[in-house]
This record gives sequence, structure tokens and C-alpha cells, in this order.
Amino acid sequence: MSIGLALRDQRAELSTFRARLLVAGLLALAAFGVLVARFVWLQVVQRAHYHTLAEANRISVVPVVPNRGLILDRNGEVLAANYSAYTLEVTPSKVGDVERAIDELAQVIEVSPRDRRRFRKLQEESRNFESLPIRTRLTEEEVARFAVSRYRFPGFEIKARLFRSYPHGDIASHAVGYIGRINEADVRRIEAAGLATNYKGTDHIGKLGIEGAYEKELHGTTGSEQVEIDAGGRAIRSLSRAEPQSGNNLVVTLDVKLQRVAEEAFQDFRGALVALDPATGDVLALVSRPGYDPNLFVDGIDPANWDALNNSPDKPLNNRALRGQYPPGSTIKPFMALAALTYGKRTPEQTISDPGHWMLPGVSRPFRDWKPGGHGVVNLHKSIVVSCDTYYYGLANDLGVDAIHRFMTQFGFGSRTGIDIDGELPGLQPSTDWKWQRFKQKWYAGDTISVGIGQGYWLATPMQLAVATATLANGGTPVHPRLVRAVQDARTQQVRELPVRLGDKLAIKPEHVELVRAAMVDVTRPGGTAVRAAQGAPYLVGGKTGTAQVIGMKAGEKYDEKRVKERHRDHALFIAYAPADAPRIALALLVENGGHGGSTAAPIAREVLDYYLLGKRPERKLPLVAEEAEGD
Amino acid sequence: MISRLFDIVSRRIDGPLMVAVVLALALGLTVVYSASGGASVDRVLGQARNIAIAAAALWVVANIPPQALMRLAVPIYAAGLALLVAVALFGEVRNGARRWLNLGFTTLQPSEIMKISVPLMLAWYFHRHQEGIKLRDYAVAAVLLALPVGLVVRQPDLGTALLIFASGFFVIFLAGLSWKLIAGFVVAGLASLPFLWGMLHDYQRRRVLTLLDPTEDPLGAGYHIIQSTIAIGSGGVLGKGWLNGTQAQLDFVPERSTDFILAVFGEEFGLAGNLLLIALYVLIIARGLMIAANASTTFARLTAGAVTLTFFTYAFVNMGMVSGILPVVGVPLPLVSYGGTALLSMLAGFGILMSISTHKQLVSS
Repeated sequence: MSIGLALRDQRAELSTFRARLLVAGLLALAAFGVLVARFVWLQVVQRAHYHTLAEANRISVVPVVPNRGLILDRNGEVLAANYSAYTLEVTPSKVGDVERAIDELAQVIEVSPRDRRRFRKLQEESRNFESLPIRTRLTEEEVARFAVSRYRFPGFEIKARLFRSYPHGDIASHAVGYIGRINEADVRRIEAAGLATNYKGTDHIGKLGIEGAYEKELHGTTGSEQVEIDAGGRAIRSLSRAEPQSGNNLVVTLDVKLQRVAEEAFQDFRGALVALDPATGDVLALVSRPGYDPNLFVDGIDPANWDALNNSPDKPLNNRALRGQYPPGSTIKPFMALAALTYGKRTPEQTISDPGHWMLPGVSRPFRDWKPGGHGVVNLHKSIVVSCDTYYYGLANDLGVDAIHRFMTQFGFGSRTGIDIDGELPGLQPSTDWKWQRFKQKWYAGDTISVGIGQGYWLATPMQLAVATATLANGGTPVHPRLVRAVQDARTQQVRELPVRLGDKLAIKPEHVELVRAAMVDVTRPGGTAVRAAQGAPYLVGGKTGTAQVIGMKAGEKYDEKRVKERHRDHALFIAYAPADAPRIALALLVENGGHGGSTAAPIAREVLDYYLLGKRPERKLPLVAEEAEGD
Repeated sequence: MISRLFDIVSRRIDGPLMVAVVLALALGLTVVYSASGGASVDRVLGQARNIAIAAAALWVVANIPPQALMRLAVPIYAAGLALLVAVALFGEVRNGARRWLNLGFTTLQPSEIMKISVPLMLAWYFHRHQEGIKLRDYAVAAVLLALPVGLVVRQPDLGTALLIFASGFFVIFLAGLSWKLIAGFVVAGLASLPFLWGMLHDYQRRRVLTLLDPTEDPLGAGYHIIQSTIAIGSGGVLGKGWLNGTQAQLDFVPERSTDFILAVFGEEFGLAGNLLLIALYVLIIARGLMIAANASTTFARLTAGAVTLTFFTYAFVNMGMVSGILPVVGVPLPLVSYGGTALLSMLAGFGILMSISTHKQLVSS
């Protein structure tokens, strides 16, 4: 019975077991059913969705940055070039402790204190996820050494990049300008212009000069590449590629050899020079001394160099040629003479007797001539040749400031010349309206007298003086200066000449122009104030000296410039054109604290004229003397 | 001579089960090759070695008669428990978990032993009390189960603990625990969920939360699930082809040769591949349940049933987690994932099934 019970028990247990097994089996089957449903959902119903996600995972569109266009001078000499070099870049957001990582890196490849300072400055100026260079221009060996221990430096990457270089260094730096890393202001500008797409991947942009103004031509069109990437973001292979289109090359009007001659002629003086082709307005030389090395800016300037440039009392970053506003001094006398003839206020024959000063009726204070005792009997011709102040005091009084304003603005004074780079300042051509608007004061007759010799409120840039001189040299057609004469298409290599823009011929009589120009030629002959500009030259030079006062001189006080500090010495000015009968070059220059135009400025002009017209420097190097010499 | 050798080798091997297992293993090797980038056979050779060792274990276990296995149940269980205690006391910590015992020449993960020894032990216990299983017996079984599970949860190793628990629970369930009690436990379990939640580690909680909304933390805990579902989903019906899964080959799928190998498989072989794999699993489970149903002793029945259902648990938990319907726990895809330890315990389990299946006649006669 116990056996039977046991058997029955066993049978019962077996059937329970099998029932349980069946339940478990069915549950398992149901569970697999759930999985099958899930797989059908993912792989059939939602397949397109997940396919899109998978493609988005693996495909990355990488911008391909175009090569920046070159900048060439008029003879094809390269002023701004590209070269390829390795950089080591860091994305700070991918690195925990950047400073420590750089310390470690310094054990693998050299990282100089300068590199660190520059990097820190870049880091302050950029966002955390940008890739910033810690080292540039790595050698092949350094690249290899880094590659070996690459795994130790996540967030660091070697990149082959195109760099900008300016092979002539500080020569023409103010005209060419430079490129620099795109900062937040640039980003806003790019976005506002709707160019954000084209600047993907680009991290440099033209900041100043031609690089800045012709950014659109130079940059080119960004291409793109579809690459397959892995989960770590590393590119595995290229899927498709739209080639970038390089930026166009620019042919500039400068002759870099002439430019170098002009810059070196300044020796250690500060100042500016602008030389133009009077027929076209082409800028043949554009000097602002001291210059700076634009190569320093290309990959972020380090703080030490930046401070040195920015805080220097010589202000090397200031483009004096376009932004230096100086009283033009006696250089405007030929234009005043022309105004007198044009408005019928003087005849060539009319003379004055110069006692060395001029009295404004009702004013007790005399207006002094630069030459104590005066120049004796002076006509229009002589007034220019000897730079007689007294003649122009009276003339200015007869013309009145508004007539002077009306006449001079035709030559470009008082407004921007419209040169094709940015940053130009307009100078100042005073008038009664101007003074009223500016100071809410009426114009006094006395104000006009100083304006008559290019002092007082009148301010001009060297560029404005050069444009006025070129206009005079070509017989009265205003020129618009330009630095870029042609654009070479990157794809077709075709050179597209940019149009020369000239103003309408001024309403001045050729015989009047002839009178003035004849006097200007005599300025550079014995008896004139700028003999040194043309002594022994096989061509004739028309010129005019000038002096811009730096500190005011009290009435009756003898101005002894030997006693004032060098920085308070007068600026020397000179305008010239040559050959006088058929001018091919017109220039204006200023030597800061150079004293008188004839002694320091004229010799510089001579070097430029000789080199441009004869292809050589003067045989006898003229010393620049920043001292009082006879003449103005 | 050759036929004699063949006889020795195959005498204790269950044909249908073996065929299904071999097919699944072969499928596994092809996916391991793909998951290792398709560039080297190192991983495939490594896995082949793992398979060889596990297959040897299968053959040895299959040749041990069930009665002998029953005699081994208590010593193995006791030894396993002692080792788990030793782990808790002297174990080696890796990745924040204390799971390994350093024996000097090798490291041992004693929790793996429990996957086999717990069902053996519980089956032995119920076999001894088969004349009338009382509530007290279930309580004893529950304690025998709770001890190793508790120790493994503390390591912490949720995946293994879950599988050990499942293996023991299946024995208790198959032994006939009343439905009322099961329902009671389910209710109690649900009621204690908040309490259990408090006991979980941060990373474990995150896994559960991540399951509910993987997009919450797409680069952190959610990354695994998002990338593996993208892989599977983008595979479509027929898959992208062997070695051509972009998610897998470009490293988007994490742990792609181990726990997440289904993502690689599903991407490259599509729904068709997944159905084939599930079919193989169903075949294996069906055959295991058949062996259990026909086994002649209580011990053999309970062991065979529990081993088979544990295998099911492996498959379901892994596939569920990789396809995003279960939380991420460290459970490999059975017979496919790269790795030797789980494979060893799994094939040893199949050895038990085959021992039971091929020794049946001897016992009944």
C-alpha cells in the first residue's frame, strides 16, 4: 500500500511537474514572441528611422578650406604667400587639465614659454570647443615623436595647415595688412553677411589692409567632404568630395622694390609717404614708418610682441599714410596760388612787398613770415619758390575761408580719398559752416589767415596730399587712389583688370596750372627751398616743401627748435611730381619731427623719384638732417 | 576501432540538442569575427579555445551518471558557498566590484559555479523529500537559494545574481510550489520594490531609469541602449551583410563582442538572422524541456528543467536588454557572446541534460 501510495504520489508529482513544465515552456514561447515583436518593430516598422540615425552616426560632413589667394605686386613679386606646415592643436573642452597636459607635452616636443603665452591669449579669446594651436611649424621629427605617444594626449591633434606668410616682412605691411584668427566680432560680421557656411572650417580672416578689404576675393569658396567616421570621430574613409575653390590672386599697384627703397629712405625717422601714378591713381608706394612684421599676427600674436607694438611711442601699428592727420603747412601754397588765379584774386604779375609780417586790419598781433625781415618784393611765382608766408596771409584774407574750402575740396581735401583699403581718415578742410557745427562759434577773420599757410584748423593725410599733387600733376583730373589693379581668377587664371576711376576734370585753366607748375619746378632749383630734391637729376622735379608745427608758437617768440625736445620738433613735409613736363609719379611725404621739408623730406623724395624714373638710387646718398635749414 | 572511438565520444551526447548547440556556436563564431573588426582571427581563435574547453566539460559531465551528479550536489554547493564567502572577505576588486578570487596562478569567479550548483542542490533537496514536499521544504530551499544570491548581489553582480536566482526559482517552481504562494510572492515582491530600489547602487538605478528613457542621458548610461537599438533597427529585414554593419564596424556599439553582440548580429543579419537565432534557442529549450519531461527521477527532472529554463533566461534577458526592453544587466548572449566563463557553465549544464537524457534507460531498467 505504501508502495502504491508512493507510485500514485510519484505519478501525481510527475503530472504536476509536466504541467509546470508546460506552463514554463509556454511562458518562454510567449517571451520569445515579445522579442520577435520587438525585432519586427525595430527592423521592419521603424527601420527607416534607425537607418537615418545610423547614417547620421557614421557620416560627417567636413568643410574643406580653400587656399587663400596670393597677393602679388605689379611685377609679380609675392607679397603674401601660403605655405603648408604641421601644427599641433588642442581642443580645450576635450582635455581636462590643459595646463598639465601641456606640461606633459613639453616632455615630448618643445613648447617654449612664448608658445604658452600665445596659447593662453588665444584661449582667452576663443571658445572652449575650438581647436587652438599650441605649436606651429613642427618638424617631421617632432610630428613623428608626437605620433608615437599620441595616445597620451587625447584632444591633441596634428594638423597640416596652410599658413600665410609675408616674405617681405615689415615692407609694405601697412598696405598689405595681415590675417589673424577669427574672433567673435568677425564671427558676427560673417554671420551678418550670410557667409557663415563659406567660413566653416576657416579660422583666419583678413584683418587689415588689402588682406582685410579684399577678403571676399582672397578667401575662395569652401568645399566639403563627406567622410565616414567611427565612434571616436576619426575619419575612416572619404565618401564624396566637393572641391573647394581657391581664392583669387590679387595684383597690386605697388612695386615692392620701389616700396623698399622708399621705406629705407626714411632711415630711422617716423613718417609716411604716398606715391601715385598721376594718370591712374595707382598707388606706387605706400609707406608708414615704423612698420611692423605682419607675420607676427598670423597665428595669434604673443602678448610680449603685442605690448611692444601697441605701447610703443612710435605707434608702428598706426597707418600714418591714411590715418595721420597733420597740418599740411606750406605744401598747399601751390593750390592756394591756383585758387587765387582761378577766382581772379591775383594776377601773375601782381606783387606785394614783404616786410616779414602781415597785419590783419583791426588786429594788433602780426602774422609772421618764417623768414625774419621778409622776402622783399614777391609775385605769385616767387611766393611759391621761396614759400613766402606773407603773400598767402593776404591772399587767404582776400579769398575768405569758404572759397578756400570750395576750391580745396575739389582736390580731395577734407574727405576720404576712397582708397580701396579701410581705415582712412578724412582730414579736415575748415569752413564757417564746419566751425559753427563743430564749436557753435562764428568764424573769425584771423582763423582764415593761418589756414592760408596750411595751418590752423586745416588737417590733411599724406594720402590726401598725394592725391592733390597727382591731380595738379595731371593737369586737373582728380584721381581715386587704388592698391589693387587686377584680380586673377583662381580657376581660369584669367586676369581681370579693375577699372581706373577718375573724377571729372576740374574747372581750372591750363595756363594757370602751368604757372603754378613752373614755380614748383623752381622750388627744386637753386634759389628754391628744396634744391636737394633735384640736384644733379637728369629730369625736372616739381615740388613744394612744408612744415607742420607740432607746438604752437607765441606771438613775438623766436622759435628755436634746437632747444625743444625732439618730439616737439616740427614735422617736415614735401610734395613732388616728376618728370615735370610729363609727370609719371606724384608723391607726398611727411617726416615726423623732421624739421623743415627741404632738409629731411626732399632727399627721401629724391630717392623714390630716382628709383622709379631711373631704376637706381641716387649716386650720392644724402644725409637726412632734422635741423633748421634756410628755407621752409 | 574508429567506430569504437566514435561510440565513446558520442554515446552520452544527445543528438538533437548537440546539433542545435553546435549551430548556435558556429553562428557565434562568425559574429565574433565580425565584432572584432573582421581584421584578425585572434578573437575567433580565442573563442574556439573557449568552446573546446567548454565542450570537453560538456562531454565529461555528460558521462557522469545522474546518481553520481546527485552525490556531488551537496559538496559542490558547500564548496561554492565557501568560495563566495571567501570572495566577500578576500576577493579582488575590479571596476568597483568584488567578484574574483585570486588563487595566485589564476583568478576564479565562484559565482559562476553557483549557476550549476544551485539547481543541483535544490533538486537534490526536493529529491530527498519527494515523498511529501511540505511548506517547510520550500522555506529551506528558499534559504539555500537566498544565501548565494545575497552574496552575489553584494559583490555586486546583478546579472549573475539574477541567473542564479532564476535557476533556483525554476527548481522550486517545477517542484510544485503552489500558485497561491507564487502569487503572494509576486505581490510581496512588487510591494517591496521601493525598498529594493533603495538597496540598488547608483549605477544600477541609472540602468533602470535609462531603460525607461534612454534619451535622458544619450552620452552616458543611455548610450549603450540607443546605439544598440539603432544598430538592430538599421539592419532591417535582411541586414547589412556580414562585416558590413556600420554601427558595429565603426565602434558605435559598445561591448560589441560580449554582452552587446546581438546588436552586431541584428545589424548585419537583420530580422532574418534574429529569427534564426531565436529558432535555435527555441529548439534547444524545447529539447531540454522534453528531456526534463521524460527524466526518470525527481532530481533529474528538476535539474533538467531548471538548467533549460536558466538557458532561456540568459537568452531572453540579453536579447531584451540589447533591443531596449529590459534594463542593462551583465548577461551574455548564450552560445554567441565572446567569453569563456559563462560558456563553460552553460555547456556543463547541457552536459547534465545529456547525462540525464542518455542515462535514462539504465536507471529505469
